[in-house]
Order: sequence, then structure tokens, then C-alpha cells
Amino acid sequence: MTTTSVRNLKRLGDSLRTPALDGAGSARESILAAARAEGLLDVAYASADSPFGPLLVAVTARGLVRLAYPTEAIDEVLEDLARRVSPRVLESPRDTGEVRRELDEYFDGARQAFDLDVDLSIVGGFTRRILEAAERIPFGQVITYRTIAAEAGSPRGARAAGNALGSNPIPIVVPCHRVVHSGGGLGGYTGGLERKVALLSLEGVLREGQTRIPSSGPN
Amino acid sequence: MMGDGRAIPPFQLFYEEHGPTVYRFLVASVPRAEAEDCFQETFLAALRAYPNLRNADNLRGWVMAIASNKVIDAGRARSRRPVAVAELPENPAAGAVSAVSGGGTAQDAFDPRDPTWTAVRSLPERMRTAVVLRHVLDLPYEEVAAVMGGTEEAARANVHQGLMRLRTSLAEGAQAAEGGEAR
Repeated sequence: MTTTSVRNLKRLGDSLRTPALDGAGSARESILAAARAEGLLDVAYASADSPFGPLLVAVTARGLVRLAYPTEAIDEVLEDLARRVSPRVLESPRDTGEVRRELDEYFDGARQAFDLDVDLSIVGGFTRRILEAAERIPFGQVITYRTIAAEAGSPRGARAAGNALGSNPIPIVVPCHRVVHSGGGLGGYTGGLERKVALLSLEGVLREGQTRIPSSGPN
Repeated sequence: MMGDGRAIPPFQLFYEEHGPTVYRFLVASVPRAEAEDCFQETFLAALRAYPNLRNADNLRGWVMAIASNKVIDAGRARSRRPVAVAELPENPAAGAVSAVSGGGTAQDAFDPRDPTWTAVRSLPERMRTAVVLRHVLDLPYEEVAAVMGGTEEAARANVHQGLMRLRTSLAEGAQAAEGGEAR
């Protein structure tokens, strides 16, 4: 009877266990290798360790395009990248190896400057100019919102500079945490002020327990 | 999204959601040794075309259509080869341990040498695709028809004919086994 065949097939279908496809399986690696060879890997991402918890790092052919703190929902970050860069977003620890290594060294105190290309193509205009100015602030130093606004060509744009820094898609590596108020107050930080304190402490700008820039002050 | 349907999800999420279904479809449709290649080719083809998708309303139907084309390609390649690989007994070791997972377990109930699966893979292409989509993957007829590029009536007819053939070939196999004629 046909119904027996149907039931038999359904039973076999149910028993057809699906192997894990998203682990370190060879199919996944082969797909990634072929995608890489054909230039189809538009955005590669992976998780990176940090004292703040796992960060999400994403790279394009141009460089690091996104770094997200653990407080951001991974799917939302990936969906945003799919919209703003390309929907060809794939997880690949291998393609993000250099980023993860340099972050490790930075958090270990063994690295002051990142030798990473950054891809700021998803931000434009004033925000981009502000972030490019932030990139030039050396490890262990701070400048004011007013100064960075002037560097980006808008001397009176301190508030706008704060907003631009708040939308930084690549915190830590584009060091928006090195921009503070002229009175010594820390200002804001998208990742949460305690993270700004932690980063400035790591860089020796703040000593233990300090939450204001010491009186010599930023310029 | 301006009424243009859902946004296209990141490829990784698309792969994780539909990869298992595509894999099940392939292992039910082609010899085990070819399933992994078909799987990779399916997702590479999907990755190539992905940014040109206009919306994400039926991603499963879209990727299953790609997969069924890969199955057809694999069948053509098989028929061109001097030795019919499909008729060789499958390597028992390869059957138990999936090349994709890299580690099947004792509770892996899927046995590609099971007469039912051999019979399924021996069905004519459209009957096999229809039977696997409908009864192994549990897709509604509407979606079976969309994947196969035909009407729902044609999909029903293919499933019906496919099951009739399966019943016949399984009955013949059982009779042969009872009669002591080892196949």
C-alpha cells in the first residue's frame, strides 16, 4: 500500500540525522576556500577575546570594518553589515587572525599601535573625517572634542564630533576613547563609560580609581 | 524595506538555517560520495548569486532549486563516466561516518545502503525530487512545485508515481531476499 511506503519514507526521513554543518567541518572550510579564491568573501567575521568579553570583529578586503562589544546583538551587527557592506557575510576565524592577534597583544600591554588597515567606507562626510583624525591620536594620549573637531575642519563642532565618535564602527582600534572634555571630564562612550576608563587605564592615562584626566589636562 | 519584502540576511545565517535541509535533500538524492561536492557547489552557486537576490521571501525554495539542479548535473556526469559509480556498493566505512560532520556516531541511524534509500536514489529524476521534497523534507506541495518549476498538480503526480514505483521496487527486493536470492 502506498500509505505504508509514505510512512516508511517519513520514518526514514526522520531518522536521517543531519550532521553538524557549522562546526569545523570540511564542507564549510571548502566553501570558504573557494569563496576566498573567487573573491566572494566580502565580509569575514569571528569572535575575539577581550577583557570585556567576546568582541565581534569583521574584515573586508580593505581592512577591519567593524568591531562590536558583547553588549551588541550579533545578529543585528551582521544584519547591519549585510545592509551596509554586502550580504556575503561569512564566519571565518582564519580571515580575522591578524586582527585577533593584535587585539590580544594590545590587551596584554604588548602592543601600542595597531598595524591594521581599517575600512571606514561605511561612514562618510564629517563622521569619517572625525574618525580619521581619531586614528592619528597616539597610544596613551588624549585630545579634546574641540581639538578633534578643528582637525576635521569644524572648529565649533565639538558636540557634533562627540556624536560622530559615538557612531564609531571600530572602537578600540579607531581610538575614540582618547577624546575627552577640556575640563578633564571623560565625556561619553558608546560602549559604556567604564570601558573608556578601562582603556585609558590600560594606556596609563588614568591611574587606578581615577575617572578624570589628571590636571595637566589634554590639549 | 519599503514593502520590497524582507531584507536579505547575512549569508552565514542563511547557510546555518538551510544547510541541514539541503544536505538531507542531497544525501537522499545522490550517492553518498557525491553529496558533499553537490553541497559545496550548491552553496557556492548561492553565494555567487546572493547579492542579486531581490528579496528574502523564499530563500529555502531558492536554494533547494539550486540544489536540485546540482543533483541533475551530478546525474549527467555519472552517466557519462565509463563505470557507473552509482551501481558500485558504497564503502561501508564512508556510510557510517559522514564526511561533512567528520564524525558520525553509533546512533546515526541513516544508512545509505538501506534498500529504501537505494530505491529512492534509483527513481527517475523528477519523481525522486518530488518524493524527497515532499516526504523526506516535509515541504508543502506549493513549495515542491516552486522548487521544481511546475504546477502543484504535476508535483502531486510525480510524488504519487514515485511512491508507486518505490512500493514496487521495495516489494521486489523483499521477495528476492525471502527467496534467498542475495542481490
